[in-house]
Amino acid sequence: MKKSEKINGYGERFGLIIAFFIMIITISFLSDRFLTLPNILNILRQSSINGIIAVGMTMVILTAGIDLSVGSILGLTAVITADLLHSGIPVFLAILLGLLLGFCIGFVNGLLITKFKIPPFIATLGMMTLARGLAFTYTQGKPITGLNESFRVIGTGMIGSIPLPVIIAALVFFLGYLFLKRSRHGENIYALGNNETAAEFSGIPVKRYISLVYALSGFLSALAGMILIGRLDSAQPIIGQGYEFDAIAAVVVGGTSFTGGHGSVWGTLIGVLIIAVINNGLNLLDVSSFYEQVVKGVVIAIALLLHRLAQKKN
Amino acid sequence: MIEQNNFILSMENIIKIFPGVTALDDVTFRAEFGEIHALVGENGAGKSTLMKVLAGINSPDSGSINLDSEIVEIGSPGKAQSLGISMIHQELALIPYLTVGQNIYLGREPHRKIKTFIDWKKLYKQAKVQLSRLDMDIDPKTLVVNIPIAQQQMVEVAKALSINAKIIVMDEPTSALTDKETKILFRVMRHLKDQGITILYISHRLEEIFEIADRVTVLRDGFHISTSIISDISSDDIVKMMVGRELGDLYPKKNVPQNECVLEVKGLSSGKLLNNISFHLNKGEVLGISGLIGAGRTELARALFGIDTFDHGEIFINGDSVRIRSPREAISMGLGFLTEDRKEQGLFLGMSVRENITISVLKEFSSFGFPFFSKLKTLTEKFIKQMNIRTPNIHQKVKNLSGGNQQKVLIARWLNLNPRVLILDEPTRGIDVGAKAEIYTLIDRLAGDGVGIIMISSELPEIIGISDRVIVIREGSITGEFSREELSQDKIMQCAATGGIDES
Repeated sequence: MKKSEKINGYGERFGLIIAFFIMIITISFLSDRFLTLPNILNILRQSSINGIIAVGMTMVILTAGIDLSVGSILGLTAVITADLLHSGIPVFLAILLGLLLGFCIGFVNGLLITKFKIPPFIATLGMMTLARGLAFTYTQGKPITGLNESFRVIGTGMIGSIPLPVIIAALVFFLGYLFLKRSRHGENIYALGNNETAAEFSGIPVKRYISLVYALSGFLSALAGMILIGRLDSAQPIIGQGYEFDAIAAVVVGGTSFTGGHGSVWGTLIGVLIIAVINNGLNLLDVSSFYEQVVKGVVIAIALLLHRLAQKKN
Repeated sequence: MIEQNNFILSMENIIKIFPGVTALDDVTFRAEFGEIHALVGENGAGKSTLMKVLAGINSPDSGSINLDSEIVEIGSPGKAQSLGISMIHQELALIPYLTVGQNIYLGREPHRKIKTFIDWKKLYKQAKVQLSRLDMDIDPKTLVVNIPIAQQQMVEVAKALSINAKIIVMDEPTSALTDKETKILFRVMRHLKDQGITILYISHRLEEIFEIADRVTVLRDGFHISTSIISDISSDDIVKMMVGRELGDLYPKKNVPQNECVLEVKGLSSGKLLNNISFHLNKGEVLGISGLIGAGRTELARALFGIDTFDHGEIFINGDSVRIRSPREAISMGLGFLTEDRKEQGLFLGMSVRENITISVLKEFSSFGFPFFSKLKTLTEKFIKQMNIRTPNIHQKVKNLSGGNQQKVLIARWLNLNPRVLILDEPTRGIDVGAKAEIYTLIDRLAGDGVGIIMISSELPEIIGISDRVIVIREGSITGEFSREELSQDKIMQCAATGGIDES
C-alpha cells in the first residue's frame, strides 16, 4: 500500500518531467539552435521573471486562493522604482522601497480577503485594475527611461556566464522550498489549504498566513519587475500586463491544486520551464505568435487533464 | 397473514451497508393508505437511511420496495418523485432567492407553446391554488428568503402536493418550529391524511408522536424493533425499545473526580440557540452533555471555544473570569475541542499522520521557524504506540486511516497541548466498537490525570457509561442534571424529548 502510494505521488511529477523531456527532444530535432548553451541560458533568463512570480503564486494557490494582480503590482512598483531612481536616492534604497511597496499592496489584497471576506478572485481582480490605473496615472502614460547603470545590473548582470536574474530566480525557488517544505510556516500553510476550518480550530492564525502569502506574492512581483526594467532600461506603465496568466499556468501545469493544500515549488519550476520552452521553441521554429497562444492553451489543458487523471487514480 | 393490499408501501427486507457499519439490517417496513406513521430511534438507528432509500437518495444493497402492490425500482430522487414519493428534509431544500411559486414548480414549470418559455401567469395561479389547499395566505411571488421557516415548510408541503405525492416523508419537521407553528403543521398533516395521503414522520419528540401519529415504528442499530398502533403503547415502552441495550464492561470507570473547579460557566446566552446555561466542571471530572441533535450542545461547545460569539454570560477558568474570542485564545487558556465532524472540521485529510498530530505544537518544536523533524517523529511515534493508532508509518496520509484511528490522531493532537479542559463532541461517532472501547479507556485515563472533560454525545449508553455527571440540554436550556448515581436512560430521554421528568 505504502509503496504504490509513493510511486503514485512521484508519478504525478514523473509524468510532468517525462513530458518536459519529450518536448525538449522533439524541439531539438526540429531546430539545431535549440540545445545550444546561449539558447539554454536565454530560456532560463526569460523564465526567471515568470519563475519568481510563480513562486509567490504557488503559495497563494496552496491556500486555495488566486492572485490576479501580480502583473499590475509589477507594473506599478516598476514605474515607482524607476521614478525613485530618477529622483537620485541611493539605488539600494529605491530597490528596498519598491519591494516594500509590492509587499504592502499584496498585504492589502490579504486584508481585503481576510478582514472583509472578499473572495480572492474578486479582491485581486479589483487590485489588478486599481494598480494598473495608478501606474498610468503616476506616469501619465509615459515610459520612464534611462535608468541608473548600477541598478540595471539586477537585470543585465552576469556571474561567470550565468545571468544574474537566473541566479536570483534560483535563490527565490530555493527559499520558497525552505519556507514551504522545511519551516513550520509552510506546514501551517499546507494545513490551512487542506482544511481551513480545521486549521483555525487547531489554533493556526489562518488570517495572518493568508495575508502573508499575498504580501509575499506582491513582494516577488515587485522583484520580478525590477529585473524586467533593469533589462529593458525602461519602465512603462503597461509593463507586466498579462503576466498573471503565465504564472497561474506554470503553477497549475506544475500540479498544484486549485483547491489548496497540495503542490510544491518544484512542480511550479517544471511548469515555468515547460512554458518557457514552448515559447522559445515556437520562436525558433518561426511559428506566428498567434499560434503561440493556441499551443500554450492546448498544453495547459493537457496538463490539467493529466493531473485530473492522476488524482482520480489516487 | 397481513392483507397486502392495505398497504400503499411495503419495504421488504431492506439491507444497506455503509463502509464499516450496517445501517439497515433486514428491515421490513409497511405503511397504510392515509396514515401518519411515526418513525423513531436513536441517532444512527437507521431512520434517515431507511427514508433515504425510499426517496431514492440511497440505493439498498438488497430488499424490495412495493408501492401500491407493485414492485418498484426507485433508483433516483427524480424517480421517487414521479412515483409520488416526496421527502421534506430537516434542512429545507428550498432555493432562498427564488419566489415561493418558482420553488414549488422548480424543474416542472408550466410552459407556453414553445417549451423554453415559462408561463408565469399559470405558474403563480397554480401555486396559489396549492397554497390555498394548505390554508396558506401568502403571495407566491414572495422570495423564500423573506418568509419564516414555518411557512417555508409549508412551501415544501405545497411542492409535495403539486407532484400529487401519495407518500410524504417529513424528517424532524418541527425541530425549528414554535409550538403554535407546530399546531398549524399538525392541522395540515391531518388534513392531508383525510385526503388519503400517507405521511411518514421522523421525530425525536415523543409527545408529538402521541399527538399526531396513528402508528409508530421503532428502529435500533439498523434493526426493526417493533411497529405498534399508538394507543397500544406508552412513552416508556418506546424509550425502552429505542435504547434497549445492556451496558457491558465497555466502560472502564475507575477514576474519581477531584474537588477543584477548573471551568465554570455562568448564564451563557446566545440568541435563540443558548438560554442561560450555567454549569461547572471539576478537575478530573467527565461531564456528559446529552440532548437531541440541534438542542444546542454543539453551539455551547463552539461558544466556549471562541468560535461563535455569545450575548451574555461569563466563563471562569481556574476561578479567573476569561474572555475567549478565538480558538487560538481558547487553546492558550488550556482548552481543547474535538469537533463532531472530524473530516470537515478536524483532519487535514491530504496530510500525514505526523503532520496532523504535531500541527498544534509545531512552534514549540521549532527554532527560528524551522521544526526539528526528528523530535516531531519521536513524538508522533510515541502517540502511535501509546494510543495504538494503526498506521503503517508516520507518513501515511490520514485519509487512508479508518475512522477510529483518525479520531485517535485528532485526540493525540489535543493531548500534545496538555489541555486543562477537553471538549469532545460525539467522540465515537461512526467508529467501530473496538476503537470506541479504546477511546473510553483513554478518556478515563485523561480524567485520572486531572483533565476536565466535557463529552457531548447522542449515545445514551456511552453518556451513562463514562460520565460522572450529566446535564441535559433541550432547545438551548438545561432541563436536567444528574449525578452518576441517579442516571438512567429513561430519565435522560425524557428530559431531552419532553423537557422534564414527569413525576407522576
